[in-house]
Amino acid sequence: MSMLLWMIPIALMMGFLGLVGFMWSLKSGQYDDLDGAAQRILMDDDAPLGEAKPQADE
Amino acid sequence: MTAIDATHTAYMPSSHADPTAFVRRADGLCELDLMVSGASCAACIARIETGLREDERVENARLNLSTGRLALTWRGEAEAARELINKLGAIGYPATPYEPEADSDPQMVEEKRLLRAMAVAGFAMANVMLLSVAVWSGVGEMSAAMESLMHRISALIVLPAAAYAGQPFFRSAWQALKHRHVNMDVPISLAVFLACGLSVYETFIGHGDTYYDAAVMLLFFLLIGRFLDMRLRAKASQAARGLAAMQAASANRVLPDGRIEAIPAREVVAGDHLLLAAGDRVPVDARVVEGEGELDGSLVTGETAPVAATPGARLFSGMLNLDAKLVVEAIADRDNSLLSEITRLVEAGEQSRSRYVRLADRAAKLYVPIVHSLAALTLVGWLLILGEPRPAIINAIAVLIITCPCALALAVPAVQVVASGRLYRDGVLVKSGDALERMANIDTIVFDKTGTLTEGRPRLVDAGEISSEALDLAARLARTSRHPLSRAVADAAGMGETADRVTETPGGGLQGQVDGVSVRFGSARWLGLESGADPHSEAWLWVDGQEPVRFRFEDQLRAEARRTVKAFKQRGCRVILLSGDRKIPVDHIAGQLGIELAFSELKPQDKIAKLQDMKADGLKVCMVGDGINDAPALAAADVSISMASAAEISQAASDFVLQGDRLDKAVTAAIVSRGAKSRVMENFGLAVVYNMIAVPLAVGGFVTPLIAAIAMSASSILVTLNALRLAR
Repeated sequence: MSMLLWMIPIALMMGFLGLVGFMWSLKSGQYDDLDGAAQRILMDDDAPLGEAKPQADE
Repeated sequence: MTAIDATHTAYMPSSHADPTAFVRRADGLCELDLMVSGASCAACIARIETGLREDERVENARLNLSTGRLALTWRGEAEAARELINKLGAIGYPATPYEPEADSDPQMVEEKRLLRAMAVAGFAMANVMLLSVAVWSGVGEMSAAMESLMHRISALIVLPAAAYAGQPFFRSAWQALKHRHVNMDVPISLAVFLACGLSVYETFIGHGDTYYDAAVMLLFFLLIGRFLDMRLRAKASQAARGLAAMQAASANRVLPDGRIEAIPAREVVAGDHLLLAAGDRVPVDARVVEGEGELDGSLVTGETAPVAATPGARLFSGMLNLDAKLVVEAIADRDNSLLSEITRLVEAGEQSRSRYVRLADRAAKLYVPIVHSLAALTLVGWLLILGEPRPAIINAIAVLIITCPCALALAVPAVQVVASGRLYRDGVLVKSGDALERMANIDTIVFDKTGTLTEGRPRLVDAGEISSEALDLAARLARTSRHPLSRAVADAAGMGETADRVTETPGGGLQGQVDGVSVRFGSARWLGLESGADPHSEAWLWVDGQEPVRFRFEDQLRAEARRTVKAFKQRGCRVILLSGDRKIPVDHIAGQLGIELAFSELKPQDKIAKLQDMKADGLKVCMVGDGINDAPALAAADVSISMASAAEISQAASDFVLQGDRLDKAVTAAIVSRGAKSRVMENFGLAVVYNMIAVPLAVGGFVTPLIAAIAMSASSILVTLNALRLAR
């Protein structure tokens, strides 16, 4: 049973990490444009070699 | 193309709003927010963003697909804005400047706070449930010390989580109690407090069951309901803000040295001289200083006949300049224009509407005293039977926990979210959840005429009687003009060529050359002719050496107007017409649609008075309108609907906005609202059944934390599933 004394805190810690991760993603605006994020993954932004132009991103 | 153009430009001053007025400058960079229409996929994002970045000056272009907003930054002059917008238009995405709201939008802040509370409650619920299940399944095997440890760990997780995640409820309950009334949050807060209190007592002093899991599960489910409600409102208001931004108005100020400067309309002050080009909307109340012409005031007064403008004439904000270039002197700033009086009337109407009591609150009013007296009875009963306080208190608290209106609190928002989602897909924007409730109850529907039942612009009625040569000649002149009658002729004739050397005489007509022959098209007075006897609007075509030809025009009914009126009658609604226009056209339209009750020549105040009379007679009135003159009536009605082409203020005052100007969507709104109401009632029924089973168990002292957990989650899931049936 003494194993539980380790397992419970570890389980809680993992859950807590998940919570912190969610809070971080919320704060960094990852839910501001859900539709856009879903579509952007389909964008083919590779330019042919030599023509590559620096993209001005965030 | 002409047809589409005519419909849109007539209502969209935005296409003339000067974007440079909305550019913000920050360390050498220009920033501008745009509303882009038509973007819906990855290819659109790529085309818009790469298309703009091809321009050397553009530093950054990022499109938010969910809101349709494009954030644009570039180096250099603010004047580049117009070029960039033109470029967007050329790619196929018309864009209009957008005035961004302050960064700390209270609604966004509140939404994020709820989301955080929900995350904390969810985390706590999952972890405590893990421990609770161990305790429940370990009955008889688990040592008392181990059980106590589990309870202590649960307390460690739940108490801070409940203190954080419960705040939205605690605050609202405290507000309600301070004002000496009860809402749903009072029993919720009480149940959470008592569940936590009892559990802490049992953990550290007693040795019985704990309800940590129940307390935090309650909060989690309720926060879901609260969040859905919030999301619905946020989505609707965001869309409404988008519509308003489409009408972001600018004005052209004439500086003392004669230069012209574009400024946002709200920066105009009384005394400013403003230049008003043909097609511009009057930004503030003003007086004409220079120029002569005609203005379309239909959105302001509901009257379709154009208003003549001569030096000294008074203009109201919202009128559309039809033909001539005018210089006007502002006589009020934007906040003190005609709009402001209308706004005051709208606010008064909205106050009376806010007295509407939501279904959920009415349920709470019934529910709270019953539940609280039941708990009190349980306490007293068990005290008398057993003679000791501990089991009596435990059972009374169990009653409060198990009756906590989880399903009830979820019943209404879940249905409203599903219903408004469905209406949104059908092209109806819902501004608030209780609008659906009010819409479900209506028995009278009031229509405005101009722009609502009719298209709000004239159409050529006798195209068949006019020879095609005459129509072609008239169209060659008309295609060069923005006057509504010219538009109607151009629409009837379709695409084609234009005449040479066309000149427009404001308030008169058009003159030009076709194959060397002089052609004139305009009013009878201008051409020196006798005007026709019937009440139609008219224009004459005059060709050198030929008999003049008369063109007749009429504001035509929307194609779906008859169907809409009939559908409402079939659903048992009285249909009434209230219009600011003259009696003859109003009665004519009413006759065509089979509307028995029609009132004409009403001022905004008269419309309100009529509505109030109806409300005093106990009727539940829905108002459908579009003009600025309708806005106060829209706010005064029990529930109101406006068109997407309606004036900004009317859209703000109404509960539903019909996208795409499809009047028959009003029927859809009524049907879905009634469906939503019956779903809500069913959900209340389910909640009652649940309580009829659960409450006797709790009063009898048979409820264990396990039963409480199962009963609460089962009822919540059932209610949500029932709401989802509405999506089909």
